[in-house]
Amino acid sequence: MFSIECNGITKSYTAKKQSVLALNDISLQVHQSEIFGLIGPDGSGKTSIIRILTSLILPDAGNAKVVNCDVVKDYEKLRTLIGYMPGRFSLYQDLTVEENLQFFASIFNTSIKENYYLIKNIYQQIEPFKKRKAGELSGGMKQKLALSCALIHNPVVLFLDEPTTGVDAVSRIEFWEMLKELKGKGITIFVSTPYMDEASLCDRIALIQSGSIMSIDEPQNVIQQYKGELWSIIAQNRYQLMMDLKSWERVHSAFSFGENIHVSFKLSEISTDQIQQYLTEKGHDRIQIVKIIPSIEDCFMQLMIRK
Amino acid sequence: MNQFWVFVRKEMWHILRDKQTLFVLLGMPVAQILIFGFALSNEVKNSKIAVLDLSKDQITQQLIERIDASKYFDLEENLTSPKDIERIFKKGKVKLVLVFENNFDKNLQHTHEAIIQLIADGTDPNVGTTLISYASSIINDYQKELFGNQLILYSIKPEVRMIYNEQLKASYNFVPGVMAMVLLLVCALMTSIAIVKEKELGTMEVLLVSPLNPFFVVISKSIPYLIISILNIVSILLLSYYVLKVPIKGNLILLMGVSILFIITSLSFGLFVSSTTRTQTAAMFGTLIGLFMPTLMFSGFMFPIDNMPWPMQLLSNLIPSKWFFIIVKSVMIKGLGILAIWREVLILLGFTVLMLFISIRKFNKRLDIA
Amino acid sequence: MNNEYIIEVDSLTKKFGSFTAVDKISFTVKRGEIFGFLGANGAGKTTAIKMLSGLLQASSGSARVIDFNINKESEKIKANIGYMSQRFSLYDDLTVLENMKFYGGIYGLSNSKIQMKTDEIVKVLHIQDYKDKLVKSLPLGWKQKLAFSISILHEPPLVFLDEPTGGVDPVTRREFWELIVAAAHQGTTLFVTTHYMDEAEYCDTVSIMVDGRIEAMGSPKYLKEQFNSPDIHTLFVSLARQSKRTEI
Repeated sequence: MFSIECNGITKSYTAKKQSVLALNDISLQVHQSEIFGLIGPDGSGKTSIIRILTSLILPDAGNAKVVNCDVVKDYEKLRTLIGYMPGRFSLYQDLTVEENLQFFASIFNTSIKENYYLIKNIYQQIEPFKKRKAGELSGGMKQKLALSCALIHNPVVLFLDEPTTGVDAVSRIEFWEMLKELKGKGITIFVSTPYMDEASLCDRIALIQSGSIMSIDEPQNVIQQYKGELWSIIAQNRYQLMMDLKSWERVHSAFSFGENIHVSFKLSEISTDQIQQYLTEKGHDRIQIVKIIPSIEDCFMQLMIRK
Repeated sequence: MNQFWVFVRKEMWHILRDKQTLFVLLGMPVAQILIFGFALSNEVKNSKIAVLDLSKDQITQQLIERIDASKYFDLEENLTSPKDIERIFKKGKVKLVLVFENNFDKNLQHTHEAIIQLIADGTDPNVGTTLISYASSIINDYQKELFGNQLILYSIKPEVRMIYNEQLKASYNFVPGVMAMVLLLVCALMTSIAIVKEKELGTMEVLLVSPLNPFFVVISKSIPYLIISILNIVSILLLSYYVLKVPIKGNLILLMGVSILFIITSLSFGLFVSSTTRTQTAAMFGTLIGLFMPTLMFSGFMFPIDNMPWPMQLLSNLIPSKWFFIIVKSVMIKGLGILAIWREVLILLGFTVLMLFISIRKFNKRLDIA
Repeated sequence: MNNEYIIEVDSLTKKFGSFTAVDKISFTVKRGEIFGFLGANGAGKTTAIKMLSGLLQASSGSARVIDFNINKESEKIKANIGYMSQRFSLYDDLTVLENMKFYGGIYGLSNSKIQMKTDEIVKVLHIQDYKDKLVKSLPLGWKQKLAFSISILHEPPLVFLDEPTGGVDPVTRREFWELIVAAAHQGTTLFVTTHYMDEAEYCDTVSIMVDGRIEAMGSPKYLKEQFNSPDIHTLFVSLARQSKRTEI
């Protein structure tokens, strides 16, 4: 039995008599107490999927079940079982930290005391500021409070829509540590993110672009499915290097990753020497060429281009 | 039920913390009553008048003294010839001239009829009408003292004469009008904004994904505004009674009852607006243009409905404030009871039920996104 | 005028009451480089940028941006820099061309110059078919690239980019950085903030702010060697974790 199961979900929005396909035939399964990451850029359909699974919007076609509740028919029961943290900051700015938490506890017919064990480690970090208004908290602390509020009724499944967007690298790491801990308590976590580097922190991921899932698997398997070989190249003049690689007919794709350029070739049978030779002819020096294991981001880009 | 009160308490926190808005909500009725009662009043005080007394007998002297002594008029000049009338009007200071005919006293004694001409400056018709009415009523009073009610003293009939407002007190009209406006603003505008704010803030999403009955959200948002509105009615009534000296002739409980009915009508309109809009700006414009403007125009408070072309008169029937305005005038100023206003009350009830019905039907258990 | 540095900051400080948001920072930015300005939320990054772009008065210290003193000539700074952020960029309800004409007009470009520039942008971004479409109909990535191109429409010597690539897909993110690198190649100085640590590696110089002070600054390569870190991300996290500032 899966915690989340959806089949053939399709959704389109109509704006000015034009219909825009937001989700195209989405199917996925999420196991109990796993961290499932929905990874894709803005506008790829992440929020729509989460809103359908939380019964906030209706799919045009397909069906979905969360903890065995149909998201259309059994939405009332479903809503008692899930926790949801929307992408936007969704707390009352003019209420204090404590009042916010109390309020969300009571609309779920519970109290802070009852489920304190669940949020203890998260809430303790903001407890010294419990008399402060939520609007006066920093980004990282707002995020912790929002998570506490989403957890206060001990949900079976937790939906998090881009919880780490706009949050600095340190807070992001801390946030993922908290998710791992919650997973240990048996909660299923469905999280969306535009940051490709967060993929490795999930048990399984779905890469989504333009409303379609391009790949769905464990992060390691997604990487193994990368077609061909990937090279990382550095030279003295980065700008010129990029120009020369892009204009080389053997190159399939060239993307810069910091000072490196990740290159894949049309015919994978190419040697370091051949690359070295071409670049030397173009007048580059201090050339370094290494064959590398692709990252999730490389995989994402390859899938994007293939589409 | 506990959830419901938790929600109401949260709303109270929101309102009490936003001191600025709270101050405006409670201060607005006070300011409006005072502004309409004093500053914008078309009552006229100490108007300059002139007299052309062609008779110069005892009666005319007494009448002139009486008029001069009233707080409305100050005698500026005694004219000697009819030619002076035009001259004095051109100067612009004098707004009203009284002309007593020759042999005023004698005519009165013999023919039982004497003529006073009341000539008013018509450049501002409102002021002119008001001055003529004031003067007429002073003359009328004097006549009653002289003869009881047997004789007709003057041949110029007052153009406007309000049965229930002998002194043409403007505040009589303003108080019900301000009540309608304030209640509409507080209830319809603030409720719709408060609900739409949750949509904008994103908290509506979280509330929807909870076992909370979404309609609780909406109803509990209106409760604090209901309380504020009741406070507003009390402050308006106290101010008008003690400061503007407007009597409350009817039953106070009936008056409060119909006011609370109108509050609920306004709330139901607020709910309707909030169920159809997604941004605070849209909600604000929706209520201002859809409810507030029509209240000003068509409730009969600023502009008499009888003077409007018939399509407008027809349209005015759709404005709930019009009916409330009629009800308050009947109860508060004329002192009438429920028998006189049951039709209007039924109409308001009808509006309320209809709006609540539509709002509940329209209220979405899911997110409405385009 | 022919100074090597386009920004020179000397002991710049900003206090809010008893709280020191920016604590005597001093650094320089070379002409034509890509300068990565990193820091955790609340480290004082935004406050520093506001002071440098003339939006906020410094409590003490001074800075020269282009050729202007930030304390006395903030208006001149605003007229001479370019600015782009994820939040404020283009008017959704105007077309691509209308946006370009509007911003060109704001910076006082002549019509022929605007015409020339728009032709150039349309060519570089391959948006020939989209130039008369409303901006809101463009995909997010395109909007961001367009917003950047428009922010350098008036050929400013210095451009501030505040988290320009948030939420953009990885391919477009690369294309975006190619635009930035190309602009730097033509001599524009770019002052960039970002939450993507891998983007820091594109920069010629990176500075990392912690608790209102600059704790590390240099080329990515130099920093990695100096702090013995595999990448900027690891370095950033280890520095930011030392923060003693209780969050506000």
